[in-house]
Amino acid sequence: MSRESALVSADWVEEHKNDADVVLIEVDEDVSAYDAGHIAGAIKLDWKQDLQDPVRRDFVNKEQFQALLSDRGVKNDDTVVLYGGNNNWFAAYAYWYFKLYGHSDVRLLDGGRKRWELDSRELTDEVEKREATEYTAQDPDLNVRAFRDEVGEAIGVKNLVDVRSPDEYAGRLLAPAHLPQEQAQRAGHIPTAANIPWSKAANDDGTFRSDDELKELYADAGVDFGKDTIAYCRIGERSAHTWFVLHEILGQANVKNYDGSWTEWGSLVGVPVALGDEPGKA
Amino acid sequence: MCGAKKGGLDLKGVDVDKEAVIQGQVLRGEEPVGGAYVRLLDSTGEFTAEVPTSATGHFRFFAAPGNWTLRTLAPKADPVDRQVVAQYGEVAEVAVTV
Repeated sequence: MSRESALVSADWVEEHKNDADVVLIEVDEDVSAYDAGHIAGAIKLDWKQDLQDPVRRDFVNKEQFQALLSDRGVKNDDTVVLYGGNNNWFAAYAYWYFKLYGHSDVRLLDGGRKRWELDSRELTDEVEKREATEYTAQDPDLNVRAFRDEVGEAIGVKNLVDVRSPDEYAGRLLAPAHLPQEQAQRAGHIPTAANIPWSKAANDDGTFRSDDELKELYADAGVDFGKDTIAYCRIGERSAHTWFVLHEILGQANVKNYDGSWTEWGSLVGVPVALGDEPGKA
Repeated sequence: MCGAKKGGLDLKGVDVDKEAVIQGQVLRGEEPVGGAYVRLLDSTGEFTAEVPTSATGHFRFFAAPGNWTLRTLAPKADPVDRQVVAQYGEVAEVAVTV
């Protein structure tokens, strides 16, 4: 993977807006954002309603993903271009799903909704309805998804990257500051995890930093590119953004997103927790 | 943004004693700027959160007590930084002009 194969620019989207095999999909934390205005031709995926299992804490399984994309009119050989608000957090999260279920050509719009809006590019409230398809998903690729036991075994062995803000990492906050305080039972981080906030990988306008800046960022923070890496945050969407940077832009092998993330780890009984600004010991 | 009052967002349902609220409005001259982006940076300049403004230009953060910077990005304007102090039991109101 590389920047060229994983990212597209706003200009690219404008140039390909009439291509029948390019599907634009908006994914937001604020699911009403699409309804108020979106890029012409884009369809919406609701990260909670469409992408999460309604009962268990897990995301949609292969059959549910297949049914969802068939219903929304996505074909297996379409080029899927994802974008959204929050600096593409939820779009990156959806990108990770598409990869996990084996979609071959999926891209992120660099800068997402924010760059688009700051450029004063056009948005529409006209809703796109695509004809239903017969989408076939692959078995989930667990090479990109980490579960808690593997995370426990990775302490002091693999790169653990906590991509939350410094205050969440240190245990001073339990959730991002624009959300009311809630979630895990305990604050802090997984011992030995390096704190490299997702935001350091992005410019103010939401576009990704250059390859050289990104490599320097992770290397300076102690990530050993010769080792396997697991990224986590609070619920797995910001760490999908960092997974995208490491695995898709920089082309690192063996990078997993731990989507259970702090809401799971910080509520488990008996697991080690580190407090404060230092990574802590294994 | 139903319920928004001039001078600040409605605080109904918010327990201000337990939250260090930072909120305000982005303006261009007298006009509210909807769809601007307000970033909350901590005392070291590190990104903590970001929200788009509502149609009436309003934004709100639930922060921790301390010193913060609000960085506002709006179309056709340079970024604007504003310093703000947050405390439990107090609502920090900030008007940002771009």
